[in-house]
Amino acid sequence: MVDNNVADNNIVDTNKFIVSHATFWHDGSRISLRNYNIALAALPAILFGIIYYGMPAVGVISLSISSAIIWEFVFCRITKRSNTIGDGNAAIIGMIFGMLLPATAPWWLVILGTFVAIIIGKQIYGGIGGNAFNPVVVAIAIVMISWKDIFDFNEALMNYDFDFAMIYPLAALKHFGVSAVDSFSAGDLLMGKQSGGIGSTFGLGLIAGGIYLIIRGIIRWEISLSFLAGIFITALIFNLTNSAHYAGPVVHLFAGYTLIGAFFLATEDSSSPVNFIPMLIYGAGAGFLTVLIRNIGVYVDGVIFAILIMNLVNPLLDKICPKAIGKAA
Amino acid sequence: MIKRSFIGLLKPRLEYGSIEDTPSLKQIPTSKEITILSNCPFDKKKLLLKKKATVKTGQKLLLYKESDEYIVSSVTGKVSSISSYTGDFGRSYTAIAIEVADEEEIDDEFKSAAGGPKDAFLETVKNYLAFVPGNPPVKVLSDKDKSINKIVVCCADSDLLITTNQYIVKSDIDAIKNGISILKTITGINDIIMVASQSQMHEVSATGEKVNQVNDTYPSALPHLIMKDMLGKVVPAGKNPEDIGVCFISAEAVASIGNAFNSGQIPVTKIFTFVKKDGSKSLVSARIGTPASDIFKAFNITLNENDRIIFGGPMTGSSVYSEDHPVQPGTDAIIVQDKEDIPVISDYPCINCGDCIRVCPANIQINLLVRFLEAGQYQEAADQYDLYSCIECGLCTYVCVSNMPIFQYIRLAKYELDRANTAEATNG
Repeated sequence: MVDNNVADNNIVDTNKFIVSHATFWHDGSRISLRNYNIALAALPAILFGIIYYGMPAVGVISLSISSAIIWEFVFCRITKRSNTIGDGNAAIIGMIFGMLLPATAPWWLVILGTFVAIIIGKQIYGGIGGNAFNPVVVAIAIVMISWKDIFDFNEALMNYDFDFAMIYPLAALKHFGVSAVDSFSAGDLLMGKQSGGIGSTFGLGLIAGGIYLIIRGIIRWEISLSFLAGIFITALIFNLTNSAHYAGPVVHLFAGYTLIGAFFLATEDSSSPVNFIPMLIYGAGAGFLTVLIRNIGVYVDGVIFAILIMNLVNPLLDKICPKAIGKAA
Repeated sequence: MIKRSFIGLLKPRLEYGSIEDTPSLKQIPTSKEITILSNCPFDKKKLLLKKKATVKTGQKLLLYKESDEYIVSSVTGKVSSISSYTGDFGRSYTAIAIEVADEEEIDDEFKSAAGGPKDAFLETVKNYLAFVPGNPPVKVLSDKDKSINKIVVCCADSDLLITTNQYIVKSDIDAIKNGISILKTITGINDIIMVASQSQMHEVSATGEKVNQVNDTYPSALPHLIMKDMLGKVVPAGKNPEDIGVCFISAEAVASIGNAFNSGQIPVTKIFTFVKKDGSKSLVSARIGTPASDIFKAFNITLNENDRIIFGGPMTGSSVYSEDHPVQPGTDAIIVQDKEDIPVISDYPCINCGDCIRVCPANIQINLLVRFLEAGQYQEAADQYDLYSCIECGLCTYVCVSNMPIFQYIRLAKYELDRANTAEATNG
């Protein structure tokens, strides 16, 4: 803008000022801060996995995080976009992907999985904020279907010897019926005394992380709570109709990917709704589908597919929103 | 700057500051040269006012032929230059610089035209008091098409950090009372509602008018929200309160009208908040037209490259490019921001976190709207994503985790659509 007015008789301005429109304040939130907080919240569950499974777990998690960051970097270079690894989103994707894997996952699976997550799950949709599906969930779904045996947690973790029954509760439930999971108490499940992914078995840690994220306003409590409520109520209904055939809600709440799904997968920003009622429907729907798949589907765990399906209907759900003020009918 | 609280689950609470006792007022001495900005676009050919013309304090100066636009000189002196000034969105203004003389003379044209408070006429207010501190909406009041039937007097300040109206209520409630009775006489409207914050309720109810209490968190004192929450009337999207018969006027403007008729002089000093780089606030009184640099001098402040000067509040004000930008009748605050404190604006995409949705007082689906605005699809944004429902509070930009300039996009979109519509109307 040319200043051809007042100043021409006065002293010529020597300073150039920043001119922009309101708003002049910002609350200081950043995407990177947000992602580092998610990493912090995931830490208890990951540390627990590392204590249980030792160096192989360290290897899987580290490789997962680093390869995710590298894929992001490579893609940004190839497409000549500015480098976005600094926002921490790739690291988070790698981290959560690693948490879902068994400690014995081979290196090529980890690298392939993060490729699917970063490139196919996120970048081809336009990068952060553009993905219709949660990148981690897309990746885990693809590798889970492709290499079923690796995700057979009982077999994969056979060589570990702990002071508790090293059984993957959902697989036991599927193959041997309710009596096989009778031995699991809620306390044992919460304390991670079960077989499963590196960062998905320590229920207490995941809940603590989830509560931290909810309090910080980073994830939306409506989604997490309605997801858990959806699982609880659906499992309870199944259990009440036929308790000999269907396990009670507690096993469903604390086994498999339920808790990591509630606090780290279903709540991914871009693929979940933002309005109140849609969030409730989204969470409850994912919970409902999870139990449906677990109880009458062919897959052992339904969290992954349930979240994918709800990701799909998310844009439609978000149409249920309050009317803007002053809008003509 | 108020930062996000640790417990991010809660909505940000931006409270309007309230002043306790009457704070001391820092008087800025009259500058050597002042500049008055008129909303009229500069047009050399039609200029009435001549260079070197002598003017008196409080003198009404007509600017252009075939136009009743005027300014009021806030000092006695000589017109030193008349030029064009370019403001926001390239809007053109006329800038009149006046060199201040040593002796001050008060113009008496208004005194003879006005008579006393009992003989106030709408015409007099329209012809002399459009330029007093607080910018009274005289055009709206005298516009026959608007059919105003209710006047809302805002005793609370609408943006953060601003305390001008609060100060006037504390220090000059009698002038407000006078102003209100004059308003009633000249407009014939008896339906007057005062809007005050909790701390002002005591003083404001002493006026005997109907008082409504406004919430003390931003943005509840913005006109659209006062309309919705207090008067129960929702302003249709893209319209202003005056379009549905309600005229908003600030307590300061009412007091200016009251004082003008009482004293027979047009008020020429403006009261505003000055906020230094460290965030400390002082209440300042200066002649309209005083360049900001004189205020910085009075406070011993030096500005550096890449700092920011804001005229108005932190949420809705506007930044200026020159240290010599003058105080105007509507300037309620001057804020200096250090370059370190200027928030980053980025071109990062929306990550759909939903913070803006939860904070928006107008229930706009901002996460969807902003995608259209980024792509320049303004018409689509207006038709389907409630662009015109925006009441311009700026909270979306304030909370955006991607640091997107959302409010800026919204203003640009409205401006571009407006321009396209005007072009269509003139060409079509």
